[in-house]
Amino acid sequence: MGGTRASFAAALANLPDYLGQHVLLSLSALLLGLAISLPLGIIAARSRVLRGPVLGFASMIQTIPSLALLALFYPVLLVLSVFAQSTFGAGFRALGFLPALLALTLYSMLPVLRNTVSAITGIDPAVIMAARAVGMTKRQTLFLVELPLAAPVIMAGIRTAAVWVIGTATLSTPVGQTSLGNYIFTGLQTENWIFVLFGCVAAALLTMVVDRLLALAEQSFSEHSFAKLIACLVGLALVVGASLAPMLASGRADVVVGVKNFSEQYILGSLIERHLSEAGFSTVRRDNLGSAVVFRALTANDVNVYIDYSGTIWTNEMKRTGNPGRKVMLREIRKWLKDNYGVADLGAVGFENAYAFAMRRDRAEALGIHTIADLAAHASQLKLGTDYEFPSRPEWRAVSKAYHFDFAVKRQYQPNFMYRAVETGDVDVISAFSSDGRIAQYDLVVLGDPKGALPPYDAIILVSPSQAHDEKLLKALEPLVGAIDLETMQKANLMVDRSTNKRTPRDAAIWLDRQISTGH
Amino acid sequence: MIELQGISKQFGPEGPPAIDGLDLAIAAGEVMVLIGESGSGKTTTLNLINRLAEPSSGTIRIDGQDATTADPVTLRRHMGYVFQGVGLFPHMTVGENVAITPRLLGWDKPRIAARVTELLALVRLPVEQYRDRYPAELSGGQRQRIGLARALAAEPHIMLMDEPFGALDPLTRDDLATDFLQIHRELKLTTVLVTHDMTEAFMLGDRVAVMRDGKIAQIGTPQDLAANPADDFVRTLIETPRRRARELAAIMQAGPA
Ligand SMILES: Nc1ncnc2c1ncn2[C@@H]1O[C@H](COP(=O)(O)OP(=O)(O)O)[C@@H](O)[C@H]1O
Ligand SMILES: [Mg+2]
Repeated sequence: MGGTRASFAAALANLPDYLGQHVLLSLSALLLGLAISLPLGIIAARSRVLRGPVLGFASMIQTIPSLALLALFYPVLLVLSVFAQSTFGAGFRALGFLPALLALTLYSMLPVLRNTVSAITGIDPAVIMAARAVGMTKRQTLFLVELPLAAPVIMAGIRTAAVWVIGTATLSTPVGQTSLGNYIFTGLQTENWIFVLFGCVAAALLTMVVDRLLALAEQSFSEHSFAKLIACLVGLALVVGASLAPMLASGRADVVVGVKNFSEQYILGSLIERHLSEAGFSTVRRDNLGSAVVFRALTANDVNVYIDYSGTIWTNEMKRTGNPGRKVMLREIRKWLKDNYGVADLGAVGFENAYAFAMRRDRAEALGIHTIADLAAHASQLKLGTDYEFPSRPEWRAVSKAYHFDFAVKRQYQPNFMYRAVETGDVDVISAFSSDGRIAQYDLVVLGDPKGALPPYDAIILVSPSQAHDEKLLKALEPLVGAIDLETMQKANLMVDRSTNKRTPRDAAIWLDRQISTGH
Repeated sequence: MIELQGISKQFGPEGPPAIDGLDLAIAAGEVMVLIGESGSGKTTTLNLINRLAEPSSGTIRIDGQDATTADPVTLRRHMGYVFQGVGLFPHMTVGENVAITPRLLGWDKPRIAARVTELLALVRLPVEQYRDRYPAELSGGQRQRIGLARALAAEPHIMLMDEPFGALDPLTRDDLATDFLQIHRELKLTTVLVTHDMTEAFMLGDRVAVMRDGKIAQIGTPQDLAANPADDFVRTLIETPRRRARELAAIMQAGPA
């Protein structure tokens, strides 16, 4: 019960930030979308030639899954930003607000466009004729007759758009934009259902309130009720004001902390934040970023600090294969990061979070499997479970090339469900993470890698080029170097990942910090 | 003074023209009634006069000025147009509907308000009771009165009226028609009025133009037409009210047994 209350309290503590960002994003996207789709709808209503292509384009946008649309904008903006940097000497943040804004803006357009076109083209031609006959110009006909008559239907379109945008904004978390989706993504990763529920309910409530308020505006137009329009505007102003006030009051953060999408990263993100705020920095988090996204963001100074893993940089960024050993790899990575990007590598945290093949102990013993080489011999009869990333990573190619295995079945899971799957026997072997507390909890054995196909994955602290010489910042993070061993990290991870007596990542970070300061 | 000379109007690339070489001169202060079957080109003729439609060929002069080169918006603001099917703006109140042309002309607020009051009185709808209602809250007859008031609002000297009394019950219809004739004389209007009702045409028209297939089949005073119908078509058209009057008389006599 204490866990539930703590989770709820943690969720509540994040609400001003998440809600504020969510409302700011949705409102901006909706306003920008309206500024584009209203005039476009009017033009399309007037021009038969344009109508088809315009509505077709908006419908096509709608067929792109919203998450994919959001994800697509990041690389596009990144290229633009690099281009802007090289030609005008000033880039912009390709991560976070901008990609989310643009994707949601596109997403908001269809209902407004469609309703504007059908409302205007549906007006009784006799009324338009009358407008001309009483001496209205084209413009006056539009503003005095067509738009007022189309207003209820257009408003209904705006309502639909608002509902879509507020709902879809929850998906902007993975492109680095904080939203109410942070509850959902983080909750899903850490199996914190209070968080998931909290996020869903908050987003649903916000959607419902805005929908009801916009319904008032819709009615005000069709019932000629000025009072309802005022009520709608006042209501919207209250919602927006109340959600943005705490955020505006808090001002800009000094340091952006990047966090990937799993429990260990949430814990380490909190830990970094603790150390930075103790040193007097104000921080903001970008949670649930993909591996490639967060590295790009760091080099572009969109993220200032995050923890990555040596093997990831080695294979994904440096495109290296082979395994020169832990020490050499760390040295080469540090040099490469500095030379190519000006990124500061403060050093290894102490533990490794490596890709490793793991099986239930009883199953492994029954089959006599101790290493990946043994595994390869049985692979054709075994089912493999991985996370979403692993099969497309170079490590997978390297390890399957080294051991030539071909599994009977391959399935992909959310990390949580992957451990669950191996435990229940849905799969025989999984691509586990060596620092995961659940390896011990479920009594899994990690298979040896005699050919050294999988590189080491030392956790390393990376600082963006813009902050690479900030002595105060580097000093604040220094105590984390070499401070956490594998066992301690596994324990901290398990606090968050276990299914009973769960702790929030923040609690785990506090516990971890205590271990560090007592120099356990 | 409205003069149409050799006017033709072809809507699509194919089919017969809607107006086919029409010549028509309407004198100042006159009520000219256009009558004819549905599709004969009556509405199109009105639309050509205030340039809601542009002629394919021919010239239109209003008070001696070539209307085809005038600014159509200005032209329309100085002509009243009462629609077949009324055409009130459903999102505007009665007061706003009546005030629309003065508002477009930039009259000041007190002058507009005074004009609205005056006009509603003219069409016999008490201003306090009707000004703030919406067209949907009115009867068909009341709407047509408002249509008339709106057309008169900017003090035009030309009125174009397309079956203005069509949707009314016979009593109100006669009332409003009589009212209109009085207004027409008082304001010294020049009126082109479309109807398909011969009785109405004869009662209201100083002259009546019978239209057929976009042309004028015959034009003259009601007396001219009654005395010398040009052909069978005109004769049947004129005969209709007389025949009905005779039939009615017969029924009335046979009635009380
Ligand atoms: N906007 C238009 N487009 C095409 N044809 C039209 C249009 N307006 C009128 N017509 C055609 O022109 C002819 C005359 O129509 P109209 O002037 O409305 O007749 P009336 O008012 O006498 O019933 C009809 O054949 C009608 O179909
Ligand atoms: Mg007609």
